Amino acid sequence: MATVTMTVNGKQVSADVDPRTLLVQFLRETLRLTGTHVGCDTSQCGACVVHLDGRAVKSCTTLALSCDGATVTTIEGLANGTTLHPMQEAFRDNHGLQCGFCTPGMIMSAVDIVNRKGHDLDEHTIREELEGNICRCTGYHNIVKAVGAGAKAMAK
Amino acid sequence: MSATGIGAPVRRKEDFRFITGKGNYTDDINRPGQAHAFFLRSPHAHATIKAIDTKAAAKMPGVVAIFTGEDIAADKVGGLICGWMIHNKDGSPMAAGAHPALAQGKVRYVGDHVAVVIADTLAQARDAAEKITVSYDVLPAVVDMNAALKKGTVQIHEAAPGNRVYDWHLGDKAAADAAFKTAKHVVKLDLANNRLIPNAMEPRAAVGEYDAGNDALTLHTTSQNPHVARLVLSAFIGLAPEHKLRVIAPDVGGGFGSKIFIYAEETVCVWAARKVNRPVKWTADRTEAFLADAHGRDHLTHAEMAIDEAGKITGLRVSTKANLGAYLSTFSSSVPTYLYAPLLSGQYDIPAIYCEVEGVYTTTAPVDAYRGAGRPEATFVIERLMEVAARQLGQDPAAFRKKNFVRKFPHQTPVIMCYDAGDYNASLTKAMALADVKGLAKRKRESARNGKLRGLGYSAYIEACGIAPSQAVGSLGAGVGLWESAEVRVNPIGTVEILTGSHSHGQGHETTFAQLVSDRLGIPIDNVSVVHGDTDKVQFGMGTYGSRSGAVGMTAIAKALDKIEAKAKKVAAYVLEASEGDIDFKNGHFSVKGTDKTIDFGSVALQAYIAHKFTGAQLEPGLKEGAFYDPTNFTFPAGVHICEVEIDPDTGVTRVDRWTAVDPGKGILMSRWPPWGPGRH
Ligand code: FES
Ligand code: FES
Repeated sequence: MATVTMTVNGKQVSADVDPRTLLVQFLRETLRLTGTHVGCDTSQCGACVVHLDGRAVKSCTTLALSCDGATVTTIEGLANGTTLHPMQEAFRDNHGLQCGFCTPGMIMSAVDIVNRKGHDLDEHTIREELEGNICRCTGYHNIVKAVGAGAKAMAK
Repeated sequence: MSATGIGAPVRRKEDFRFITGKGNYTDDINRPGQAHAFFLRSPHAHATIKAIDTKAAAKMPGVVAIFTGEDIAADKVGGLICGWMIHNKDGSPMAAGAHPALAQGKVRYVGDHVAVVIADTLAQARDAAEKITVSYDVLPAVVDMNAALKKGTVQIHEAAPGNRVYDWHLGDKAAADAAFKTAKHVVKLDLANNRLIPNAMEPRAAVGEYDAGNDALTLHTTSQNPHVARLVLSAFIGLAPEHKLRVIAPDVGGGFGSKIFIYAEETVCVWAARKVNRPVKWTADRTEAFLADAHGRDHLTHAEMAIDEAGKITGLRVSTKANLGAYLSTFSSSVPTYLYAPLLSGQYDIPAIYCEVEGVYTTTAPVDAYRGAGRPEATFVIERLMEVAARQLGQDPAAFRKKNFVRKFPHQTPVIMCYDAGDYNASLTKAMALADVKGLAKRKRESARNGKLRGLGYSAYIEACGIAPSQAVGSLGAGVGLWESAEVRVNPIGTVEILTGSHSHGQGHETTFAQLVSDRLGIPIDNVSVVHGDTDKVQFGMGTYGSRSGAVGMTAIAKALDKIEAKAKKVAAYVLEASEGDIDFKNGHFSVKGTDKTIDFGSVALQAYIAHKFTGAQLEPGLKEGAFYDPTNFTFPAGVHICEVEIDPDTGVTRVDRWTAVDPGKGILMSRWPPWGPGRH
């Protein structure tokens, strides 16, 4: 067992974990933040994307211990109290989800894309940037629309 | 129409929890004292198990129990079942081998379940499984259907000689043969419809719980049809009687058919929960999903089409081998038979059709229903034949289709189905205009100038959906009826709960079903909640697959709403002091014909519960009604796709230039915003 301390969604947390614990296990099982999902456990689907010190990472392939001292934001920490983040609103408004399983990872990736690429995203850029996120339900069309709309809304 | 009724551009009611990470999927569920299950799986496609030594594993830290097929047998846990009996050409029943939840004496595919380790943590269960020694006698693998059917090939199940599960047929062979005798043209085609793996984004998962005080079991599971799961686990596998077994399917992250079936893992989790008297949880990793979710398709087909001088199709002969894998999964036997051959007529008027299908055991993962289940396989056969035939005859593929479309309805095909309505010509004509098929020649020349090839293909499909009239499927071998149930509970303040046997795994029933209520009762969807996925709350239901939730599930709700309206009119009549026949109901208000006396739906609901305006002898208090709806026919959605591609002949790189689909119907939940941009289809 080893102790890990990090700031998750603005709260400092500390726990003793088995050194092989993955960040996603720490979030889901230790902190019971089950909004972050595991779709593949092999870095392919993006259902597990969270922000680590402001950058999108796949938490299924990140050791919890390597995040000692870091700041983590999960889907549960994105909204500002009861006010949804513009990207969350955009997904709902554009029907960018069906079963919702990929959605937390999609939204966390989308916010990261805007942080890196700005607010005026063309369709090609969005599709290319979403390469690491798989959705089996929607066919991506409405997700792409949602990311474009969310990017614009984030500028306001 | 109410502002949130059918066709309104509303927000989905379920989305708030999904976009904020507050969904409740099976793997999000954790029960106090829960242990974790890890399945030791076969590394061989085919082997006899000589011995399993679990002694060292049992001593590993955190291990609670280890079970093998022997324990399952000792507890008389029944085998997993196939719920659809198929008969051979000679009328004898299909040959099905046993399907134990944990292997007994033999493994038959890579991923077959050999043992389960239950430990305090998943990591401990996994570590302990590595200490189990299994000695195998490896047998030859048989993955190819032709090899499996060859004389002298190793037997996968003793019960199925020659590895043939069934040798089934449909249609009139003599009539089809006669059509080929007099045909002007005969078109022949060999097709492989490859196997695929469903891969819903949410892996399968199960949490089994035992309540010793009440001797009752609960299973939380990733299911498209929790009541069917309970029925099978109770009546066939024998884990507990139905009233002592609760099955809950919470939010389900996609299914595509793969979550219809009753698998080994959930069976073992709920059985083991009683054995160890602790909740037992299992969640598949993606590797396990590839190995042990039921796969889809996997057909080898030879098809022939007979065509007369005028270019009219006169006959069709289809011979298919269907790979069913190593065991018969829950509905596997029906998919390449009754869900396939009856759709081979496609959108065309074909007077004679004969289809024969061999179901084959191989040492591969079981194959069952996947997206469309049999019907897309039929579309693939008929549409490939249409394209090849048009080319062979030197005809335009669209014109050849138009010449052969069914034009008069109802249309009885020679393979069971009676199409109720359709206008296939209109769909194709519309799609051709949208795809600018007229401009193809010009675009082709442009591509040629750039050294590229260009072409387009059509697929005109028809499905039999709204599965299904119970008596009809019963006569074809189904073990269950395929009606749906609904209950409408109106609360005293006029809000409504809908209990439905359908179950959403992404379809958005919480919204669309509420839209139906909104439409009928004139109340906003926010005043309606949909309850599903829990056998303790909803009495019974058949679940979601086969495009049945709208056609069958929503119709059951509509039938229950008819009863609600009828009862509410009675209440309104007492309140408004009028005769029942004079009460009108429109836009959420009851009124007395020819007067300005009116009362809204919510007030009538309250009156139904306070029951001051009528006596018990006159009317029962309350406002709650239920309905079971059994459809009288399938629905036959049909449409057309046109895909135009450009190919670089030097590199083989293929670019989809345009893809056009026409799929007629009325939308329930419409998009809130216009599409992304012009020109995209
Ligand atoms: S679960 Fe991390 S990428 Fe799929
Ligand atoms: S909404 Fe189901 S996987 Fe994306």
